[in-house]
Amino acid sequence: MDSLTVEKRTTMDKTFDLAKSSVRELNQFLHQDLATSGVKHIDVLNPNGSHSIAVGVNHPVAIDIRGQGGYYVGGMNKFADITVHGNVGWGVAENMMSGSVRVKGFASESAGATGHGGTLIIEGDASLRCGISMKGIDIVVGGRVGNYSAFMAQAGRLVICGDAGDALGDSLYEAVIYVRGKIKSLGADAQQEPMTAADHAAVAELLKRAGFPYDPTEFKRVASARSLYHWNADANQEY
Amino acid sequence: MNKPVEHPAQAPKRIQREESAGFDRTVIDYIHNAAAHGLYEIRGLGAKRKLPHFDDLVFLAGSVSRYPLEGYREKCHTKTVLGTRYAKKPVELDIPITFAGMSFGSLSARVKEALGRAATELGTSTTTGDGGMTQEERQSSKTLVYQCLPSRYGFNPDDVRRADAIEVVIGQGAKPGGGGMLLGQKVNPRVAKMRTLPEGIDQRSACRHPDWTGPDDLVIKINELREITDWQVPIYVKIGATRVYNDVKLAVHAGADVVVVDGMQGGTAATQSVFIEHVGIPTLAALRQAVEALEELDMRGKVQLVISGGIRTGADVAKALALGADAVSVGQGTLIALGCNHEAYFQNGANHSAEEDYAKLGTAPGYCHHCHTGRCPVGITTQDAILEQRLDPAVGAKRLKNYFKTMNMELTTVARACGKSNVHHLEREDLVALTIEAAAMARVPLAGTSWIPGVTGT
Repeated sequence: MDSLTVEKRTTMDKTFDLAKSSVRELNQFLHQDLATSGVKHIDVLNPNGSHSIAVGVNHPVAIDIRGQGGYYVGGMNKFADITVHGNVGWGVAENMMSGSVRVKGFASESAGATGHGGTLIIEGDASLRCGISMKGIDIVVGGRVGNYSAFMAQAGRLVICGDAGDALGDSLYEAVIYVRGKIKSLGADAQQEPMTAADHAAVAELLKRAGFPYDPTEFKRVASARSLYHWNADANQEY
Repeated sequence: MNKPVEHPAQAPKRIQREESAGFDRTVIDYIHNAAAHGLYEIRGLGAKRKLPHFDDLVFLAGSVSRYPLEGYREKCHTKTVLGTRYAKKPVELDIPITFAGMSFGSLSARVKEALGRAATELGTSTTTGDGGMTQEERQSSKTLVYQCLPSRYGFNPDDVRRADAIEVVIGQGAKPGGGGMLLGQKVNPRVAKMRTLPEGIDQRSACRHPDWTGPDDLVIKINELREITDWQVPIYVKIGATRVYNDVKLAVHAGADVVVVDGMQGGTAATQSVFIEHVGIPTLAALRQAVEALEELDMRGKVQLVISGGIRTGADVAKALALGADAVSVGQGTLIALGCNHEAYFQNGANHSAEEDYAKLGTAPGYCHHCHTGRCPVGITTQDAILEQRLDPAVGAKRLKNYFKTMNMELTTVARACGKSNVHHLEREDLVALTIEAAAMARVPLAGTSWIPGVTGT
């Protein structure tokens, strides 16, 4: 048993070099062996824009992806803390439940789509539809976000430290958006609202989590006007 | 005593009571309503208009040139396997008739439980719908297909991992190109919580997936779902029938194990009636196009095809299989088996009239399509605590089992008459059409001729 203990300590860290092994092998390890392996930290080398890196993780572990990720990095994550030392493609942390994903670079479309929980941090810019249909996730973007961000967002918070594109928060439900920069336009049913003390506290906490040095009082609050919640026969229907 | 004969000049002029074909009473009613409310009609179920359908086909059974099998004694297999292309664990079913995807939200949790129980006893599958997976249906269903829809309501990795197949829903026959809809009356606390929405709001789902667009992305999305499920379970792709030939080919290229095609007769719990009646193509035409796409790719039997949209009887199932489907899905038929549009509901061991409740909705048994109101008089498409008690899951399961058993017996009866010891051996050769439209759509000859319009023969 002693030798096993020694073995365990030396295998706390693990490396997957995707130039030599496949994404399939990485994911299989994460799903089937991780929980009993004692591994606490994984380095993923040479990701080279591969899709579906570290998807469906269901156990606490720190994963460092050393390079660019393709679509769906950290998709459906639970418990894991994933850092991408590069840019990512579509749907980073899509449908995340818990844990965190941090992107050191830029994120393509639909970052954090439908996420239920956890924290997604994008240090650079995020493209179109960031936070689309989010359902409780917290997203903090260091740079700008593209058009239609937080489209139909249901719950959770989206913090944008830069500018926002067209139609921000279109058809919002109960998610709340905080924007530090300029908003090109608000989407249907999204409205700017005054910041309360609770909003300032929320933004301060999220900025701290993300490690961004901004002042919460610089942010504006955008939330749903809730005018699309019910059919209204007398209104001009947009749908 | 003879009635005095009216002079023609004094008789009312019939022309003054002549109904217009173009502006008939339905259209007049439609325009009056539109003018009064400025809002389109929303309703449940599927297309009500008459369409070319399986009814327009008949079987050529065995005789001299081919011989039939003994109806009661000789075996006729119905086993159906879906998802043999990539999945390590394909879905194995005892019969080729499955329960279509219908959401918890549109249906009560008790109905979902009844569906699961019946499916398990029948050895077939049931499918979740746009509202997440309930404990009731997971526990009661041996084989449960978990839908991945644009809304992703309640979609989570734990349920992905306990599903027996994943179905990426791109569209449905009742509203291809449209998203789901659930009016506020049905968004009760439990439904709201599962969908992460405020209670009582009119919920309209997105029509496109949030994290992929187009066939090249779908390849990557399917791959992600396979990675999450370690390539264990089949991935289905469901499309609403429009450009079926191209869509099926793209779904196959994207890596689908199973393609589900839902024709325009397919039902819904709520959508705009303009969608239901005017968007999409009939199941008959859709099925043939889907089969053609698979044949051209040499994928018949490698990627399985499930057809749905107006499947009602064993004859429909047999015709669908003969045209090339591997299985069918039944939605509205199952609701009707549970008592939808029945005059009465069965509760505490006795029948109770529901006619008054139909009248409150402005309708009557036989005509009701008011699933969207949540006031289902027989307790099926409701989230109301009192109404939902009108459907006992055990009684419902029994009725569903009887219905599917009946269809399966009809299916094997026809298959044996056609000389097949396996229902999957039914073939297009066994069918002829009664109408030119059906002959053209299904590409089987008009009965008594060798004429397939647009193809061959005289």
